[in-house]
Amino acid sequence: MTSTLNISDLTKTFTGVKALDAVSLTVAPGSRVALLGHNGAGKSTMMKIILGLLPFDAGTVTVCGAAPGSAEARRQVAYLPENAAFHPALTGEEQIGHYLALRGESPKTARALLERVGLHDAARRRIGTYSKGMRQRVGLAQALIGKPKLLVLDEPTSGLDPVSRRDFYALLDGLAAEGAAVLLSSHALTEVEARTDQIVILSNGRMAASGTLSELRRAAALPVTMHVTARNGYGSEIADALPGAIRVGADLHLSCGQDEKLDILACVTGLGDKVADIEMMPPSLEDIYSHFSRRDGQ
Amino acid sequence: MNRILATAKTEFRIALRNRWVAIAIGLMALFALVLSAAGSAPTGGLGVDRLSVTVASLTSLSVYLVPLIALLMSFDAVAGEVERGTLPLLLTYPGARAEILFGKLLAHLAVLSLAVVVGYGIAGAVAFWADPASAAGLPALLRLTWTSILLGATFLGAGYALSSLARRPSGAAGLAMGLWLGAVVLYDLGLLAAVVADGGGRFTTEFFPIALLANPADALRLFNLAASDAAAAAAGVAGAAGSVPLWQSALSVALWPALALALATAAFRRVTP
Repeated sequence: MTSTLNISDLTKTFTGVKALDAVSLTVAPGSRVALLGHNGAGKSTMMKIILGLLPFDAGTVTVCGAAPGSAEARRQVAYLPENAAFHPALTGEEQIGHYLALRGESPKTARALLERVGLHDAARRRIGTYSKGMRQRVGLAQALIGKPKLLVLDEPTSGLDPVSRRDFYALLDGLAAEGAAVLLSSHALTEVEARTDQIVILSNGRMAASGTLSELRRAAALPVTMHVTARNGYGSEIADALPGAIRVGADLHLSCGQDEKLDILACVTGLGDKVADIEMMPPSLEDIYSHFSRRDGQ
Repeated sequence: MNRILATAKTEFRIALRNRWVAIAIGLMALFALVLSAAGSAPTGGLGVDRLSVTVASLTSLSVYLVPLIALLMSFDAVAGEVERGTLPLLLTYPGARAEILFGKLLAHLAVLSLAVVVGYGIAGAVAFWADPASAAGLPALLRLTWTSILLGATFLGAGYALSSLARRPSGAAGLAMGLWLGAVVLYDLGLLAAVVADGGGRFTTEFFPIALLANPADALRLFNLAASDAAAAAAGVAGAAGSVPLWQSALSVALWPALALALATAAFRRVTP
């Protein structure tokens, strides 16, 4: 199957500063890709180029087999901007009805779309009276119009409460299962961790890392943290067996490289009854993220 | 076409909610009433029907008020979308930028037409009520109505172009007011001063008619006054109405909207969200 989004060697310069530097990325149908990076890393610029809102200097970009921003591409791509905004004088239903009409669909289905994002009760109220989370849902509702092949979502969960975030990702899973490709940016790393297939880390316009979470974890080779709890009185004995461990009360804290992990586990198992419990903490996405974005000249 | 109509429907709704429909109709109705009351004085001396005289006064209303209302409605069209942050999303939807602009134009022109028709309808009714012979002035009133709508389209287009160039509502408002002052008020004053200084020389005979045709508001005045019998009731710049062939002023009135919209489309295409 051909990929929905194909970017190779994309470069964009703003008055001498490289906002994007030879970035390559492919997004296959049905896959969810998270774009991570600190403010100014080039995420929004990349999204705007994919949408055809900004021209680019070098490289190639193909969206659903067409040029970004072409009529063909726009028909198949949905966008949710960061801080989605709408005309305050319109009601949610009227605004969604307008977007439906622009996509050549019946405005009468606006109500059903708003219901899907949990905005049924406020559909007839003016958007001017909405909270930020409600506006974000209107934005989400318009992104669902007409079965898009590619969804470009710029910080889609900002302003949403935890329950709404869960609902949002459930919606996204459904869309991806139907074959839509999703490219989203986020600062909430923990939610991205569990809900995306591929992670791309941008740093100063360059691609610092790309891959699945476990691939990134391997590439970063960050130490694994272990907490060993000793049975009463055996604390010092265990500390002798595990050089480098730090005693914190009854616990021993230990960190080791990925390759030493199994040896240490074997050693701990050899201690038998003296160990009450062991907990292993692989590096979190936060750790991996700061590893890659720091390495890149931070 | 459906996208243009959908945009027009939404924009009309917004104009209704923002009270633009009420304000435009109210302004036109009020001024039309005042002018038809004030225009009753010279009737007897000129020997023309009441409505023809009213039309001569209403022509000035079209020249000043229609551009003003058009610019007030249009300066926010693009700059407002930029400021609210709604433009990037809108531009990712299918459809050309020209379609967005034409949708807005259709809605704003509908509001303006409504205001003109209501205002001039009231003036016409008052004239008929005072002088049953007013039927003779009816073609002039109809001519003024449709040319006013075309003038409105010209200034709506100019407003969209300024809105795209300014990209900020406050800047666009300033530019729009500048255009109104320049094109409607100062232009005529400048020409009058030049004619007085020239004292019937080459400027007055050759350049002056062309300068009048180059301004859409003056072209409307020329066309309406030359076409009706009421030229005698008008004074000032309009005294030149007789020296310019009718087809030339008609052409200017008809070409300006197309030119303004072409400018607006070109300016809007250059906006990067």
